[in-house]
Amino acid sequence: MTAPFGDEAMSTTTNDSAPAAAASGTVAAAKIAIRNLDFFYGSHQALRGVTLDFPERQVTALIGPSGCGKSTLLRCLNRMYDLYPGQRATGEAMMDGMNIIGPGVDLDLLRSRIGMVFQKPTPFPMSIRENIAFGVRLHERPSRAQMEERVEWALTRAALWDEVKDRLGAPATGLSGGQQQRLCIARTIAVKPEVILLDEPTSALDPISTLKVEELIDELKRDFTIAMVTHNMQQAARVADRVAFFYLGEMVEVADAGTMFTAPREKRTQDYITGRFG
Amino acid sequence: MPESAEHIVKSYEQELQRLAGLITEMGGMVESQVSLATSAVLDGDAELAAKVVEGDAKVDAMERDIEAFVIRMLALRQPVAGDLRQIVAALKMTGDLERIGDYAANVAKRSIVLGQYSLPFSLAGLGHMSRLVQENLKAVVDAIGEKDAEKALHVWRSDEAIDGFYNAIFRELITYMMEDPRNITPCAHLLFIAKNLERIGDHATNIAETIHYAVTGTPLSEARPKADTSSYAVVRPGGGGE
Repeated sequence: MTAPFGDEAMSTTTNDSAPAAAASGTVAAAKIAIRNLDFFYGSHQALRGVTLDFPERQVTALIGPSGCGKSTLLRCLNRMYDLYPGQRATGEAMMDGMNIIGPGVDLDLLRSRIGMVFQKPTPFPMSIRENIAFGVRLHERPSRAQMEERVEWALTRAALWDEVKDRLGAPATGLSGGQQQRLCIARTIAVKPEVILLDEPTSALDPISTLKVEELIDELKRDFTIAMVTHNMQQAARVADRVAFFYLGEMVEVADAGTMFTAPREKRTQDYITGRFG
Repeated sequence: MPESAEHIVKSYEQELQRLAGLITEMGGMVESQVSLATSAVLDGDAELAAKVVEGDAKVDAMERDIEAFVIRMLALRQPVAGDLRQIVAALKMTGDLERIGDYAANVAKRSIVLGQYSLPFSLAGLGHMSRLVQENLKAVVDAIGEKDAEKALHVWRSDEAIDGFYNAIFRELITYMMEDPRNITPCAHLLFIAKNLERIGDHATNIAETIHYAVTGTPLSEARPKADTSSYAVVRPGGGGE
């Protein structure tokens, strides 16, 4: 983890915009360290030599225009691309000494350690309780009481418990969009992952639901490392500790959010975030 | 960072340009106020002085307009990066320019009083100092319009010379007052005038700092060079420096 961005990752923790690191009282080390990652959709190269750290217990936001590769990078981190033939990644994405994109990775285990929440809320057509329990049962065999406890824990952490505690048996599809998305986050954290990937988690939500999810993300980073793709620059500014700007498959610039939105280094970044692209 | 391309949202681009125009306009206004005020002193022109005093209201109104415009832009555009720096810089610079306007008006007021005395000494020192101040002010106002961080840096560095002049004038005026107590009233006014000019120079350096940050994104953190401290000699026992 002594690659080009190592130093920069350290320096952000001394910055006031890294409250997570300050709260834990330690310098945030990289939970996931990506080095020279290339990604191909068949013959089309979607990511070129990406090197980026995701510091532990911080929110890292990936921004950039459509097709810049930010969602592709997120999909690399839990090997989503394995579901599709012809898609491959080369390079390194190290998490605790394991190369996520290397051979011989237990994908079920990986996906329990790295959870993902999508753009549109995707509740299973089951009860609210079952939505949480379903994933847990894939990895563990908890007793009924333990499961009840886990459901309450996950829903509480997702700031949804008070709203649904009296109707856990009701179908999840009856919840509002914002509630459904928080349920999906609850479902993700119920299996106690280490990293949460958020792919435009609020783009289908109204402003108040969006703020609730943002507040939740802020809460969750105490325990989880969070990587988020967002098209909403203000959102990146509000919730991210670090922001990485992608363009045409390259990671152009990464900085703490404060620096990124006041004095970015690269002209391409400046043009994009101020709305001068084209 | 090189000059950015045009904003995708045209009305935003127009607002940014309008803001830049307003600030440059205010800079020009204030430059003229300072120039007229110093002429009023050096030529003993009371009519001109009255005009400057009157003109200050326009400068104040301009500040209010720019402030309102900036607040509106912050609320509606939520600017970031270079745009944010430019907009916040406008807010800071309009405050500095307004203060410069106040000092110019004060110089003009004092020149009216000064005109009632016949001075047994020349105002050459003050003339030099005011020229330097006006040069710096002009350069900094140009730097605003041209988004020229280098020019701003030059102004920032050359304030030292103004401080040097101020200290020399201070010593000179003290001498006149000691020579003849009848000099005390005009010299006291001249001291304030010199001090006002010196403060105008300081605000010009503030503006220079603001421009530098707005354009480059990095603050001017290096300690600004200071001239000697003899103007503090009477208020600081032992003539101690800073």
